[in-house]
Amino acid sequence: MLKLENVSKTFNLGTVNEKKVLREICLELDDGDFVTIIGGNGAGKSTLLNMISGLFPMDSGIITLDGEDISLQPEYLRAQKIGRLFQDPMLGTASDMQIIENLALAKRRGQKRGLRWGITKEEKKQYYETVKSLGLGLEDRLTTKVGLLSGGQRQAITLLMATLQKPKLLLLDEHTAALDPATSAKVLTLTNEIINEQHLTAMMVTHNMQDAIDVGNRLIMMYEGRIIYDVRGEEKKNLKVADLLKKFEEASGHEFVNDRMLLS
Amino acid sequence: MGLFYTYLGAIDLGLIWGFLVLGVYITFRLLNIADMTVDGSFATGGAVCAVCVLNGIHPLLAVLLAMAAGALAGFVTGMLLTKCQIPAILAGILTQIGLYSINLRIMGGRANLPLTTADTLFATLAKNWGISRYYVALAIALTFVIIVIALLYWFFGTEMGSAFRATGNNEQMARSLGINTDMMKLLGLMLANALVALSGSLNTLYGQASDVRAGTGAIVIALASIVIGEVIFRFKKSNFALTLCSVIVGSMIYRCIVALVLQIGLNTDDLKLLTAIIVGIALTVPTILSKRQQVAMYHKLTAKEDK
Repeated sequence: MLKLENVSKTFNLGTVNEKKVLREICLELDDGDFVTIIGGNGAGKSTLLNMISGLFPMDSGIITLDGEDISLQPEYLRAQKIGRLFQDPMLGTASDMQIIENLALAKRRGQKRGLRWGITKEEKKQYYETVKSLGLGLEDRLTTKVGLLSGGQRQAITLLMATLQKPKLLLLDEHTAALDPATSAKVLTLTNEIINEQHLTAMMVTHNMQDAIDVGNRLIMMYEGRIIYDVRGEEKKNLKVADLLKKFEEASGHEFVNDRMLLS
Repeated sequence: MGLFYTYLGAIDLGLIWGFLVLGVYITFRLLNIADMTVDGSFATGGAVCAVCVLNGIHPLLAVLLAMAAGALAGFVTGMLLTKCQIPAILAGILTQIGLYSINLRIMGGRANLPLTTADTLFATLAKNWGISRYYVALAIALTFVIIVIALLYWFFGTEMGSAFRATGNNEQMARSLGINTDMMKLLGLMLANALVALSGSLNTLYGQASDVRAGTGAIVIALASIVIGEVIFRFKKSNFALTLCSVIVGSMIYRCIVALVLQIGLNTDDLKLLTAIIVGIALTVPTILSKRQQVAMYHKLTAKEDK
């Protein structure tokens, strides 16, 4: 489904601040794979997702999605095949537009946007049902501007938007990190449900090791721009947070010192 | 009667300049770009229209050609902004400065062209219908305004129009939904400047002269009108058609204010300063008010807790 060959990225090339964030990453995802990605700050997790979505151009390597080479495609063209959620709930929705307008925009991902009316009557009914399935009571507020919603509500709507038109690949970049624990858990459950129901291929960056073990069928650990651990299936299911910490210490040669990860 | 015609004339001008305001509204409020092109494209619209009618082309066709010229100016700014990655303000200024020379070229090297001998629609119709040209202008401008607002309302409700609004609201999100945001900006600048040129061409027909400096300070006048419209009409539930109308009303009120201060005896030379001051105050007042409200609320709520 998704194939990365020797993908590299260096920021501030040729200056004193030069930083190699991705070093010849090779990765292959099968159809329906749900991969969780963990690693310390600066390991290259978000950059990896940004290379795939085309937010920044990559320095070298080849990315193929569903047999199509997308290495040099602009972001908006890749976005027609890739659904995305960002850490900042404000980034995924247009705050001055209504909930229903946001959904209608997302529904037309990858389709020609012509001079037909922006929202059809059938869609309105459909969105009512879809939003109802979130269980947040937002279905009666479909014409509310998204800017008036809380971060968690916005992230839930963004999740719907990213999957309303089934994407070939779903990229989740710490999409629960900015939410309070209860909301975060709810959004994660929703994410898991939607991915399983629609049989989506997905990648999720998280700082929460337990979450990384609990969801998905595959787990990747990154360190200094490399994938240092890749585990799937039964082996992944039986992982413990302690195992991951040990793995990290083995690979990096020093103790894991990210409080955020230890506490979670 | 003279006073009546003064204000009727102000309303006419307000409607005619209303298209400029609609154009600036599209870029400034919907796309979040302060497009400086308009000072140039307003004069371009007037120049193209003037040359056309002088050459015997029907005024309505001349207006359409002027709009095409305006769209072309917007296209240049759009390319500078999206393909060359020049900041929006600078891109607009570059086009505007370039247009000054182009406008002079269009008018055959002359800084102004009188149209007293040509068919300027308003004067001709006034003669044919036997009524004052103020009424003719009112009727024509109002018809154009209704048509343009209806078209804009329709367009911004379509799939493409929604994608356009999303681009102005959250560009990152728009791109992540597969919207070609560069294309949307280009389209917006072309549409806006076509409207600005429409305004410029009608202004030329109405005033029966084209001037290369006609657009100087147009963006500030447009901003003043937008702000006036927004201050006067505060809708509980925002309705796009009403917002567009409020922009036009803002433009008419601005012209009435100008007529009033001229009547009081202010010099026309001072108008630009006055406009700049109006816009400056209008953009500052909401900020100061909200700050004061915040402080007042703090004192009120804190006092309650102390009791």
